[in-house]
Amino acid sequence: MREHCRASLIVRIAILSQLPENFYFMPREGLEVENLHLWRGERHVLRGIGFALPRGGCLHVAGPNGSGKTSLLRTVCGLLYPESGRLLWDGRDVHQDLPAFHSTLIYIGHEAPLKADLSARENLRYWVGMRRRIGRGTLEATLQRVGAAAWSERPARTLSAGQRRRIALAALSLLWVPLWLLDEPTTNLDTEGQQLVGTLIEEHIARGGLVLAATHHELPLRRQVQRLELMHG
Amino acid sequence: MDDPRTPALPAAAAPALSGATTPHDAASVLDAALLVLERDLTLALRRRGQLVQPLAFFAIVTTLFPLAISPELARLREVAAGVLWVAALLASLLALEFLFRDDAYDGTLEQYALSGQPLTGLMFAKTAAHWLLTGLPLALMAPLAALSLGAPPGSVPGIVASVAVGTVALSLIGSIGAALTLGIRRSGVLLALLTLPLALPVLIFGARASELAIHGESYLAPLELLAALAVLGITLAPLASAAAVRISLE
Repeated sequence: MREHCRASLIVRIAILSQLPENFYFMPREGLEVENLHLWRGERHVLRGIGFALPRGGCLHVAGPNGSGKTSLLRTVCGLLYPESGRLLWDGRDVHQDLPAFHSTLIYIGHEAPLKADLSARENLRYWVGMRRRIGRGTLEATLQRVGAAAWSERPARTLSAGQRRRIALAALSLLWVPLWLLDEPTTNLDTEGQQLVGTLIEEHIARGGLVLAATHHELPLRRQVQRLELMHG
Repeated sequence: MDDPRTPALPAAAAPALSGATTPHDAASVLDAALLVLERDLTLALRRRGQLVQPLAFFAIVTTLFPLAISPELARLREVAAGVLWVAALLASLLALEFLFRDDAYDGTLEQYALSGQPLTGLMFAKTAAHWLLTGLPLALMAPLAALSLGAPPGSVPGIVASVAVGTVALSLIGSIGAALTLGIRRSGVLLALLTLPLALPVLIFGARASELAIHGESYLAPLELLAALAVLGITLAPLASAAAVRISLE
């Protein structure tokens, strides 16, 4: 009997370890946004925005400056409260349990949230470490991948805007959360950096992740993605 | 600058990123709070000017009084407790402005709010770091100031204890004000107006405890009241400042 239990346990572990890694954390249904209205003071910024972002989906939010791209991202991540409309994550209203929803997403604004007096590596350790325990090896590999290994010890104050962006990309790939909310992800990056953004996004949607990227540039992706055009508010 | 242990690879050849956020490697609240604490302490040590400012203010105010009143120790002793506490209160107010401001500017607070960790715990860690960087040094400096104002050496434990416990309450009360004034430019005066009324009980009991200690009497009763205020602060202030920070992010 006991032998049997142990054997079945081993079989179960073997099955689990063969499952794709996204088995653990990717959503079943994804994100649904219904009829979102947002006012900022006297301005009606979002006028009935609605879209569905399924597993492995990428939505390019486009529109001129001031059309509410950033407001939309900040509303989706729960920093701004919409006047009406619903945000559903896997069919459940996110405002019922915001902390749980927050632990499934990462939001990167146009400025990477880095401390000027900390080095790139320290910034990453504190930023990502708050949410996930990361080993040194993973951190090093990621720093190398985003091309930051050479200057990771320099204080962030001495880094260029593009280098700061690359640190944000490293955080993105270290956190392993399903929903990426990216505000102008390619700004300030050189051609190679922009391609890296494209590759990261493609890898992420390939493993079932969701990407919501707001930019008035084209996304550096090889295939067409859904597009949401915002008009002037 | 190239690290010999990590030879640069072309981006395409880099291995796929390993690991997924499964429950076993998600950071706990305690992990997150300790990281926030460590980060704030590291930052403060890299930028010592901000650290020294309130202490220098405290030292200057307490050394100016003997010049202004009289060098007679007997007369100074009468006002020592009051001078000490008013200086400590203003010094800790001075440091409050920096509590959340930088984090609000560079987007760190936003990431805290979106981390999925309870913001209350992170705010508590930030306030704890603030106390370690201002309250504790003030408590350690207070005896020197007290001695120069004519307090007897026997009063040192009482003074250190009252300033240490009192500044805990002051840091926590101040964190609410600092979080509420986040969205406002040049918030210094408003911050003082918001915080001072709430800080008055701390001033009253703290000065009383120090005075009793200077006169060689038992200072336990006001010290316990101070401790009660500190506990009240620990329970409620992080909740309030977390709510205020959320509002400021809207």
